[in-house]
Order: sequence, then structure tokens, then C-alpha cells
Amino acid sequence: MEWINAIVQGILLGGLYALFAAGLSLMFGVMRFVNLAHGDFIVAGAFGALLLFERLGLHPLLTLVIVLPVMAVFGYVGQRLVLNRVVGRDILPSILVTFGFSVILQNLMLEQFSADSQRLSAGALDTASFAIGTLSIGAVPLLMFGAAVAVLGGLNWFFGHTNTGRLLRATSDDGEIIGLMGADRRHLFAVATAIASAVVAIAGVLMAVKTNFDPSAGPIRLLFAFEAVIIGGLGSLWGTLVGGIILGVAQGIGAQIDPGLQILAGHIVFLIILVVRPQGLFPKQKG
Amino acid sequence: MTDLLKIDGLDAFYGDFQALFRIDFKMAEAETVALVGANGAGKSTFLKCLTGLLGTRGQSVVYRGTNIAGLPSFQIARQGIAMSPEGRRLFPSLSVRENLMLGANVGRKGQWDLAAVQALFPILEEKRDIPATLLSGGQQQMVAIGRALMSNPALLLLDEVSLGLAPVIVRDIYAALPDIRAGGTAVLLVEQDISMALQVSERMYCFQEGHVSLSGASAEMTRDMISAAYFGRDKEVT
Repeated sequence: MEWINAIVQGILLGGLYALFAAGLSLMFGVMRFVNLAHGDFIVAGAFGALLLFERLGLHPLLTLVIVLPVMAVFGYVGQRLVLNRVVGRDILPSILVTFGFSVILQNLMLEQFSADSQRLSAGALDTASFAIGTLSIGAVPLLMFGAAVAVLGGLNWFFGHTNTGRLLRATSDDGEIIGLMGADRRHLFAVATAIASAVVAIAGVLMAVKTNFDPSAGPIRLLFAFEAVIIGGLGSLWGTLVGGIILGVAQGIGAQIDPGLQILAGHIVFLIILVVRPQGLFPKQKG
Repeated sequence: MTDLLKIDGLDAFYGDFQALFRIDFKMAEAETVALVGANGAGKSTFLKCLTGLLGTRGQSVVYRGTNIAGLPSFQIARQGIAMSPEGRRLFPSLSVRENLMLGANVGRKGQWDLAAVQALFPILEEKRDIPATLLSGGQQQMVAIGRALMSNPALLLLDEVSLGLAPVIVRDIYAALPDIRAGGTAVLLVEQDISMALQVSERMYCFQEGHVSLSGASAEMTRDMISAAYFGRDKEVT
């Protein structure tokens, strides 16, 4: 029973990992751009929620009403003003710039919030749970998983059924000629970053409710996001969810064997999949 | 007759490599012009300059009375220059219909919409939900032309439409040309098949190593003049 419980908790945790990964995957897919500050932006979203919770007394989940649009606008403007200058054939400039962002963000947060580990309390929601048979499923993990499915489903619909979604998919396929379609690539890139930042905001706020976080918590989130994306296969949002779940379950089982094995078990499963199926479980169709 | 396009002394570069040298070029509204030349003569480079995919900042590319040199490609597309690019460049993760719809993103009104393109190439309606790059080469070419038409261009650039296709398929594609021109769309076609190019065009240009080596009315061209301009055996014919 403990094992089943570990697996179920792992699946639910996978939802959060999928949210970590979706923004990273989106930006890489559209721009071939690796945002090394991705994890730090997630943590910044969490601190944003903390700030609003402490100053305005907003319910942690309600902080999203402010955190999400602020981060989306920040993403759009940041892409237009800074990142669009380093997008290109050479991936190195973008890596250096986002690495710089990562360092700056971590230190700004350290300056502002100290190195203490923080946690957002969602009140009664924290301890609420549902009993299914002998399993006990927490409300927060369930909410996270539901949010992940909703966000990924929403993105999937957006990419499949809207003109902007089609343009972003086309940019991912062949960004060089997207101008022939009358679309400004710089704007599309910024839209992609804005959407990714909105997902980052959701991931950050949920993470703040779920676990402890501190200014240096970003890089490990980035690593989980990378692993979920690569396990799932680049270019597939549902694949990202599966990747997150596999990572979450691996960590859950690892922790069940020995609490010290939690993170390591996830990495080991990731490496095994990388060796056996380097293109990921659901790779994008190539033309 | 007013000029649709007038280009004076266009140079083009890939880094330090100069691909085009002082190209003078003119097209009238609704005219069909062929551009021929050997591989590497600069034909596709020239089309890239016209569409803004290759920078032409500070030069003279006058389209309908305004200089479009140096404009980004999306603005040029919105002003009415569309291209079916070399190698077709369809978007693999989009269906046939979605590829066509993207052409309409340019946002120009006119006779061409999804229904009109599907009437021009009926096979595209039948295959509308299939990923575009799973189609046969000829059908993919139809998608590429249809996608360009969806923007209701004043000037349609067709780059190597017949490349790698069976003659019977090429004939099918060229059969659409009268319908395209009927709406007043000017067509600039780059073509390896010289007799086909001369047959459908009013005027032609021949490029050789980045220079215009021959230009004039298609009907007056002889085989010898073209082969001389094409291979550069005799520069006197210019």
C-alpha cells in the first residue's frame, strides 16, 4: 500500500514538473532558445506570491491574479528588449545572457528575501485531503495536477485552433520564412515568452504552496524541467506531462526505498531514458 | 504602363561573398516575367532580396512607387509580394489546410481564399487534414503556391516550381497559371525549364554569375541567345 501511495503521490507531483517544463519546452520549441534562468523565474514567481500574501493578505492562490499578468508582461517586454537580440543561429549568446539573468535574479532575491527557506500557507487547503480506499490524496497535490492538465490542455487547444497558435507552430518548424506569412517574428517570439512566463507564474505560485523554497532553489527546478521535457520528447505538450509524471514517480519510488534516494532516482531514470530513447517518448513529427 | 517593380543596381551579399552585382530589373503590373540561369547564378538570392529575407538596406527596390529596400519581410508581404520558396518550405507540423490558412495571415483581401485555392487545386481539399509534408512533391508544390496566393499578392514569386517533379505534374501546376494571372497578379517565375519559361512569360531575364546576362521579350528569344547568356560562351548578345 505504501508503494501504491508513493506512486500516486509521484504522479501528482509530476503535474508540477510538467508545469515547470512547459514554459521551457515552449521557448525552446519556438525559438531554439534555452532559458537557463527558467528555474529562477519560477522561484521569483513564488516570492512574488509570498510578497502579495504578506503585504496585501491575498490568499496564496489568488495572488496569481497579479503574478500571472505581471510575469507575462515582463516576459513579453524582456523578449522584445533583450532576448530578441541574442536569438539566432548561435545558441551560445542566449545561454550566456540567460545565465547572467539567473545570477542576477538569485542575488536580487537573496538581497530582498534573505536565504531563509520560505513556505506559503494556503490555510485549511494545506491539510485537506480525500480518502480513496486506504489512500489519502492531498488537496494541494491534486490541485497541482488538475492545474497542469488544464494548462497543458489549454495550450494544446491554443496551438491547434488559433491563428497565433498556428503561427507559433510554424515558427517552430521554420522560423526563417515566417515573415512571408506577414508575421513579425520578433512579436511572435515575445508572445511565446509571455505565454511561457504565464505558465512559469502558475508553476511558481503552486510550488510556493506545495514546498519550501529559497532564492537558490531555481537551478534544481530547471533541472527537473529539462528532464521532464527530454523524457517526454521536445515539441509534445502531453509528452511533457508524461515526462513529468515519470520523473515524479521515479522520485516517489526512490524516496520510498530510502529518503536520500528521491532526487537521485529521478536522475537515474532520466539517464536511462536518454540512453534508450534519446529522442524522448513522444518526439515531434519531422517532415 | 506603370512599373510594379523597378530595381536599379541591386547588390546582394552573403557575408563577404557577393552574390548579385548591379542588377537592373523592371516589371509592369500584371506582367509575367521569367528568370532563368544556371545553378548559383543568383536567381533565388534575387527573390530573397525582393521578399526581404535577405537585407537590401540603403539600396533601391521600388515597388509601386515606394522604396521597400531594407523593410522586414513581414511588411513586404503585407504590401503584396508573396513567394512560393525554393524547396517549398512547407510547415511539417501543420496540415495542408493550416499551411494554406497561414498565407491568409498576411491579411490582404481579394479573390483568393481557402475555397478559391481549393477550387484551383482540388486535391488540396481532399488532403486538407494531412500533414503538408506527407503529400507528394507535386501536391506539396500546390500547397506552397496556394499558401502564397492566400495573401492575395500583387506580385507572386515562384521559385523553381518544377524542380524534381515529373513533366506531367509540372504541366498540371502550370495549368493554374492563367487563373492566377486572370486576377491581375503579376508573376515572376524562376525556372530551370527554359522552354516552359519562355512559353508562359511575356519577358524574360537571364542571370549569369550574379549579373543580368540577357533580357527582353520572351517571344524574340532564340535558343542560341539563351544558351550563350546561360553558359556565358558569348557575352556579346547582351
